[in-house]
Amino acid sequence: MALRTLASRKTLAAAARPLAAAAAARGVTTVALPDLPYDYGALEPAISGEIMRLHHQKHHATYVANYNKALEQLDAAVAKGDAPAVVHLQSAIKFNGGGHVNHSIFWNNLKPISEGGGEPPHAKLGWAIDEDFGSFEALVKKMSAEGAALQGSGWVWLALDKEAKKLSVETTANQVKDPLVTKGANLVPLLGIDVWEHAYYLQYKNVRPDYLSNIWKVMNWKYAGEVYENATA
Amino acid sequence: MAAFASALRVLPSPPAAVPRRLRSREQRQGCRSRRYSKVVAYYALTTPPYKLDALEPYISKRTVELHWGKHQQDYVDSLNKQLATSMFYGYTLEELIKEAYNNGNPLPEYNNAAQVWNHHFFWESMQPEGGGSPGRGVLQQIEKDFGSFTNFREEFIRAALSLLGSGWVWLVLKRKERKFSVVHTQNAISPLALGDIPLINLDLWEHAYYLDYKDDRRMYVTNFIDHLVSWDTVTLRMMRAEAFVNLGEPNIPVA
Repeated sequence: MALRTLASRKTLAAAARPLAAAAAARGVTTVALPDLPYDYGALEPAISGEIMRLHHQKHHATYVANYNKALEQLDAAVAKGDAPAVVHLQSAIKFNGGGHVNHSIFWNNLKPISEGGGEPPHAKLGWAIDEDFGSFEALVKKMSAEGAALQGSGWVWLALDKEAKKLSVETTANQVKDPLVTKGANLVPLLGIDVWEHAYYLQYKNVRPDYLSNIWKVMNWKYAGEVYENATA
Repeated sequence: MAAFASALRVLPSPPAAVPRRLRSREQRQGCRSRRYSKVVAYYALTTPPYKLDALEPYISKRTVELHWGKHQQDYVDSLNKQLATSMFYGYTLEELIKEAYNNGNPLPEYNNAAQVWNHHFFWESMQPEGGGSPGRGVLQQIEKDFGSFTNFREEFIRAALSLLGSGWVWLVLKRKERKFSVVHTQNAISPLALGDIPLINLDLWEHAYYLDYKDDRRMYVTNFIDHLVSWDTVTLRMMRAEAFVNLGEPNIPVA
């Protein structure tokens, strides 16, 4: 089973490559669906293998496909000098490109428990969290509460404000790209939690708070710590 | 909509003025005390006009149980909780939606109120063995405003698929333009708040279809329009709408 899911992931990525190559030849750099750094079932029981598979193979793959399609349309519109078409394409690029960026961050934010998922942050990020939120527990509580209160589809983020050198919790609607773009150029996303219903519905149904309390068990704080240290270095 | 009007009794003063202890005593004594003291009333969850498995195989019983029994119930409960201390206590749901929308700067009650209404309207937009072709009056108007029923169907599906994120797709009667139109709205936004008259809505939040269709929104929307939409309900809604909007030439009786 593990082998088969592995194979299908590779196949998906491989299938996207010739397309990307063809587009690159025409001057458009398209994106490819990244592989997950773990197996689909590896986050169970916090997140089921079925959710991870659909989320990656269907949802993220669709964002990638539609983003690439929009990029090629944009390229053609720019070449023709078709300004209305260029403007019209912005929402598709923002939505699908945002979906691609967000999910690419999200996969790195998760880690199987056996590989250290859920271990609280140490070192600089750990100290910064204590300083800005009081404690690690207070941050978890804040992010879970803001995620549960978000209406509709969207994301809740832990971000670093590079200028103020402070951490903050941000929410964004739909696939609006990470806080970097929407809430100011100073914000670096360290951690994003997908609270679209597709991220949890098969397992948690209407009880989003349960999803938000379990996801911390597979959180990859090591990754968030590395992003933090790079951004503050 | 009549169900909402009867579910809420308008009171001279909001319940916030009634001490909690008094309120619970009234509730215990039921209608006996009604003549003597104030009564508080909140919204109740209305029931879909068919059995919960009646929409199968297009919408499963499990989906309806959760969607109606959990999601809509949560909106009802949250709204009632807000109304206990809200200036909107005593409003009909439709007034509340219009007022709380606050010209696009929604007040805290808006979301729950609109979602209670949207879901109620959604269940009534469907019927078992629905779909097919609309009745004559509705069909004529569709042909007038979309060119053909096929065009309308395609536009409805296209509008549903082009909504980014959670929300609703609607067939509405535009008051000013006096014509049918297909629109989609984000999250809890209702055409009611925008002044138009809704005739059909379809829930495009993922919770509405994820268990049955996963990411295949197209199949869900297609099944809705082909097999579930209640054109009988639309006919009734259009008749009611025509009390507010004249869709033809003015019909002036000759003396």
